[in-house]
Amino acid sequence: MNSQDYVMTIKDVNIFYGEFNAVKNMSMNIEKNKVLAIIGPSGCGKSTLLRCLNRMNDFVPSFSIKGKIEYNGKNILKSDPMELRTKVGMVFQKPNPFPKSIYDNITWGPKIHGHDVNLDQLVEDSLKKAALWEEVKDRLKSSALDLSGGQQQRLCIARTIAMKPDIILMDEPCSALDPKSTIRIEDLISELKNEYTIIIVTHNMQQAARVSDKTAFFYEGELIEIDSTDKIFTKPKEKRTEDYITGRFG
Amino acid sequence: MNRNLQTKCIGFGIKFLLGACASFTVATTIGIVVVLFSETSEFFSQVPLFDFLFGLSWEPLLEPKSFGVLPLVSGTLLIMLGSGLIAIPIGLLTAVYLSEYAKHRTRAFIKPILEILAGIPTIVYGYFALTFITPMLKQIIPSIDVFNALSGAIVVGIMILPMVSSLCDDAFSGVPKSLKMGGYALGATSFEVICQIIMPASASRILAAFILALSRAIGETMAVTLAAGATPHFTLNPLESIQTMTAYIVQVSLGDTPAGGIEYLTCFAVASLLFFITLVMNILGQRIIHGIGKKGGQNS
Amino acid sequence: MNKIKRRKRTEKIFLWASRLLSWSTILILVVLMAHILIEGTHYLSAGFLNNFPSRFAAKAGMKAGIWGSFWLMVMTTLISVPVGIASALFLEEYGIKGKIGKIIEVNVSNLAGVPSIVYGLLGLTVFVRYADFDRSLLSGALTLSLLILPVIIVASREAIKAVPNTIRYAAYALGAHKHQVIFGHVLPVALAGILTGVILALSRAIGETAPLIIIGALAYVSFTPESPMDEFSVMPIQIYNWAGRPKAEFHQLAASGIIVLLCLMLTMNLIAVIIRHKSSKRMNL
Repeated sequence: MNSQDYVMTIKDVNIFYGEFNAVKNMSMNIEKNKVLAIIGPSGCGKSTLLRCLNRMNDFVPSFSIKGKIEYNGKNILKSDPMELRTKVGMVFQKPNPFPKSIYDNITWGPKIHGHDVNLDQLVEDSLKKAALWEEVKDRLKSSALDLSGGQQQRLCIARTIAMKPDIILMDEPCSALDPKSTIRIEDLISELKNEYTIIIVTHNMQQAARVSDKTAFFYEGELIEIDSTDKIFTKPKEKRTEDYITGRFG
Repeated sequence: MNRNLQTKCIGFGIKFLLGACASFTVATTIGIVVVLFSETSEFFSQVPLFDFLFGLSWEPLLEPKSFGVLPLVSGTLLIMLGSGLIAIPIGLLTAVYLSEYAKHRTRAFIKPILEILAGIPTIVYGYFALTFITPMLKQIIPSIDVFNALSGAIVVGIMILPMVSSLCDDAFSGVPKSLKMGGYALGATSFEVICQIIMPASASRILAAFILALSRAIGETMAVTLAAGATPHFTLNPLESIQTMTAYIVQVSLGDTPAGGIEYLTCFAVASLLFFITLVMNILGQRIIHGIGKKGGQNS
Repeated sequence: MNKIKRRKRTEKIFLWASRLLSWSTILILVVLMAHILIEGTHYLSAGFLNNFPSRFAAKAGMKAGIWGSFWLMVMTTLISVPVGIASALFLEEYGIKGKIGKIIEVNVSNLAGVPSIVYGLLGLTVFVRYADFDRSLLSGALTLSLLILPVIIVASREAIKAVPNTIRYAAYALGAHKHQVIFGHVLPVALAGILTGVILALSRAIGETAPLIIIGALAYVSFTPESPMDEFSVMPIQIYNWAGRPKAEFHQLAASGIIVLLCLMLTMNLIAVIIRHKSSKRMNL
């Protein structure tokens, strides 16, 4: 695989919370326009690594990191995080729309960065891409907090898309949602990968199998195996992967 | 790139501005200390410290002048003790009632009442003491002076009782529910759970509540100025007219004392003493609350 | 059996004692209010609001105090509110780590507990004398601002702390800088709580007497202030002046003044409660 098809490369990354080594010697390549699922038992470092990719871990007091994460030819650990976040967006586990109108939720990001766009058009495009437009097109000025959980999460996706990122990080985006909303968002992810690269952390193996092209299995802070989703779920190379997939632990 | 740099500069500027505002509080403290210190040192260059701290006669305005602050301190002490005797039992038991016995609706009713009592300006209490409490006391105790410490103490007690109640309420909430439930599960009555489990567990915070409330009583001005009198003399009899440290400062300010003169300086000396006492009490109280807060957090 | 009976009896006595004392607080408030209303309604009239103080009780009014208090509050608000909110934002959002941060925090708590009369002396020395503002509205406003600044800061910090972190993270994840997160999201959401705290602080300030006496606000004033450098009086001082006189009619005037003062404070507190209520509805809290 050509290195030009990698949108992000993680090289020998070690993450510490204080003394605790949460992620050990992690190296991984992220392929462009594919969905990568990261699975593994609780506490294995999936979310921790994900949050490094847009430097949201900077907000954790005891956090420290060694190694290199390359994006666009630069080591993101040494460059400006604000700029990084305009290109690497994040959807959180619990939907967190701003207590503003639906319209303002989507336009806030582009506005503060001075994106020169037609805001109305941007709102429509983003909501359409997030499969939410039809449901809210008549009430764009109403409060985002009036939406249901699933709608709020799609709004958060739309808000991220409005920034025109390259990569979208998703940290267990469906774990707080009902099954119906979950399916809608999974369908959404399959569409979105045409334009964006998606990395999704999930507890739900079936979800990983449904939506992703590649899957990475983490265990106790280490990358055990990464391969195409088919292979991981039918013929995993590592025993630990197989044990986890078949439910022997986790 | 340029825009990002621009935003960064704005961010810097804003951080600086906000920080400058925050430093105002530090400036205020420095201001208080400097002002009190400089005027008080000037005072002590004219009056020996020993005479001030241990003298039993306070007559700084008329000849023969004497600068013993103990009469003012005893006046303040009388108010503090008297108000404490009222506020502490009522405040504590009110907190007990609200947290353990009262129904939700009762609590929702009484709490605002306490907040209202706390919010009434001290001048109103002074008026109340002078025109209602003192006449009422005179009916019971005919020998009482028109201006007397008891009246002031009662009213200050009413003023600080909401504070005792609310701080004790916080103290009780800090006791882990599991402790309470363990007691009830063993068949204890509420009285027993309160006295033998909750209060001991929150004892230091309750003590802190008392200290902070009494510190507030000491700093109280207008109520005692109106009700307790303007005659400083060293006594522990609440039926007599006295003068508190705070009331003295008000008295001097209302008069025509020239700046720099010894009478002017006495205000600062008394204020320094007042500041020092309340500061110590406040620090002590806050220390206890925050110290216990951390430990309690780990337990629950 | 005997022991259980005894314990139950103690329980009952204790319950009734604490119930009685708690409800007695209502009695105290009722008596207080009744006394003031009884004494104060006699002289309460439009004339009272429009007249200046006078030797004749029937002609006396609180106009000087009302306007003095009004202008004083306006100026105090303009000074203390921006500084207080800015300080709270700085302390909560930027914070200073380690010892210096702790010192500032302790400092603010201590300032909140300093007797108001000390602020009066501070104001006298720094504003009246040193800065030469004399016994003006400006000196009074500056002194009061210093007095209520810690209260505003503490209340604002609580409101800012209550803003859920998820909102901040969502904003940061969009690449926002800290000040953009603060002014775009934290402040708007915390604003209702901040306003409530500010109004309560101001309603306390309006009843302050001692520090203003010390900086030289006058008791007997027959004009309303027209510029920030004018001398002035405030409602509490006029009340104090009347209450301190021996004649009963002046006591009644004092009560009338108290009624006006308390009505104003009640209005301010009601506004604060309404704001608090409306905002918690909007935030779905």
